[in-house]
Amino acid sequence: MTKTDAFISIQNVSKFFGTFRAIDDISMDIGRGEFFSLLGPSGCGKTTLLRMLAGFESTTAGEIFIDNQPTSDVPPHHRPVNMVFQNYAIFPHLNVRDNITYGLRKQKLSRSKRYEMAEEMLEMIKLPDYGTRKATELSGGQRQRIALARALILRPKVLLLDEPLGALDKQLREQMQLELRALQRQIGITFVFVTHDQEEALTLSDRIAVMSGGKVLQVDTPTGLYETPKTSVVARFIGNMNFFDGTVRRNGAAAAAIETEGLGTIQVPVADLDKPDGAAVQVALRPEKIALSATRPDAAEHAVSARLDTSAYLGERSHFYVNLEGRDEPVAVSQPNTSRFNAANQAPSGTEVWLSWSSDAIVVLDPE
Amino acid sequence: MADTSLQHRDGEAAAPLRRPSRVSALLHRSEALRGYLLMSPTLLIMILGIVAPFVILLAMSTWTRQGFDFDTTFTLANYERTWNEPIFGALLSRSFWVSGVATVATVLLCYPMAYYVAFHVHHRKMMWLILMTLPFWTSYLLRVFAWKVILGYEGVINSGLMTLGWIDKPLEFLLYSKTAVIITLAHAWAAFAILPLYVSLEKIDKSLIEAATDLGDGPVARFLRITLPLSMPGIIAATFLIFIPTTGDYITPALLGGPDGAMIGNFIQLQFGAVNNWPMGATLAIVLMLWIAAIAAVFLFVTRKAQEKIA
Repeated sequence: MTKTDAFISIQNVSKFFGTFRAIDDISMDIGRGEFFSLLGPSGCGKTTLLRMLAGFESTTAGEIFIDNQPTSDVPPHHRPVNMVFQNYAIFPHLNVRDNITYGLRKQKLSRSKRYEMAEEMLEMIKLPDYGTRKATELSGGQRQRIALARALILRPKVLLLDEPLGALDKQLREQMQLELRALQRQIGITFVFVTHDQEEALTLSDRIAVMSGGKVLQVDTPTGLYETPKTSVVARFIGNMNFFDGTVRRNGAAAAAIETEGLGTIQVPVADLDKPDGAAVQVALRPEKIALSATRPDAAEHAVSARLDTSAYLGERSHFYVNLEGRDEPVAVSQPNTSRFNAANQAPSGTEVWLSWSSDAIVVLDPE
Repeated sequence: MADTSLQHRDGEAAAPLRRPSRVSALLHRSEALRGYLLMSPTLLIMILGIVAPFVILLAMSTWTRQGFDFDTTFTLANYERTWNEPIFGALLSRSFWVSGVATVATVLLCYPMAYYVAFHVHHRKMMWLILMTLPFWTSYLLRVFAWKVILGYEGVINSGLMTLGWIDKPLEFLLYSKTAVIITLAHAWAAFAILPLYVSLEKIDKSLIEAATDLGDGPVARFLRITLPLSMPGIIAATFLIFIPTTGDYITPALLGGPDGAMIGNFIQLQFGAVNNWPMGATLAIVLMLWIAAIAAVFLFVTRKAQEKIA
């Protein structure tokens, strides 16, 4: 085990529940002051990993360092981390102020000092004058803020958040996302945030670890994950993606081509492609990176003709499903409705359309 | 009562809604009324079985015995006697002491058991609870006699200790004493403590305990600050369930109490039996009730204050 410069360093950590492998040899580093998200479907091990950081679960193998200190032998109540629980775990027998100051007991502060600090936190979470309210009289959003204040008042080195916005309705959730991000920037504490909502992870995080089956598939920035996914699983999990099976054809030093099913032959710069001639690959293309037009666009780098299958009007944008020659699965195309009367929205099924995209829109992945 | 005014707008006759009877309409509208209706069998029994006897008891306590009959002129002489004659006070305070100690002992001994089942048993909790209450499937009297066998002059404990050579002659304080009554009561009423304690502990959200740990509390601190206050309803229920009936208990002190183990219940029984002074017995019953109510009120007040202090 080596020390690193990372603030949290997870080194070869595994966790077994009986014979079930909840965490499978994970290694990654989280930087100081980073907003780091663990993203994945339920059962992928993200909450288990978070609970291991908090100390509620032990590591079966490996070691977690927090601020260069190994943590295996440190019980949860001595760790420099605090947690916001999924259900907020607000103490029902205490009022708001006593909930917020709960963890200050050990610091032997005077009552007036504690109350003052509670008042500061209440100001910060925009709930002034709530100190004497009963915990049972609070709404979901208020409970969430109080859980946050209760953890932050202790000035932890790391704040762990276990799907803290999952129970809120959509509008409140979006508002809390912005507030959470602003708060994290303001106080500069490292946040480790667990979520299964990819949009939420993209909105909030500096970096995201995509997890599946106890493994980390990719750790990257939001744009990195979305624009350059490393595997088709990640590409599929974040946003929508069209996949085309293809074969690499090298025609010399400067350029290579990929023969695809449906899209024809695509030229790609050799620098982007480290595959030998004849290798099977997957070409991935995001729906919103495909342009739809009635006639073949003149300037397009790549264009194919297709037939419209179905369309869905979503207001700000429309989704189209089109059929390509030599391909069974329809291709998804997403177009913003930049003008009020987009003719494509009215086009009947079977209409001939043209799909076009630029070279840098495609991602070449290993086949699944 | 068919109502023909309910017709479809285009003239086509719709099936008329059946008009409910006046009683069911009234019930439908008033939630309180529905509640009372649901409660009425119990309410009836409570009025017949509790309120009526209580009124009779209250009336009788203001009478006087006259031979084998009653003088029904109103008097508070019985209450004056219970206040002035020291025997009553002594019996009352002994009753409260014995049942108080038994209650505290029962709750203290049962709390860990209930805690264990609530927090550390994950499968077959029901089986554990049934096992814990198994002794209470036998008759109360049988259990009291069983303790007589254990605590007796030549009982299990004494003969065991003598065989081991730790004592020369049997310990006499074991049987026919306050200690014997306390031990027996504490055992006999354990089920009434375990069940409410278990229910209140089981209800505690485990994430609250994790949150307290996360906020820096060790095992003792989080027990005192989270688990104990949140299980207070169970503790209060268990305390009342044991304290109230044991104060008036007369079987256990009669069988195991000996001369200095008699309690107020025995005395009340005597008034209605051998002494044949029913008005005095009624008075004592009322006085006992008032004292229990007063003690319960103080207990509730103190626990509430203590809870605020701990928080």
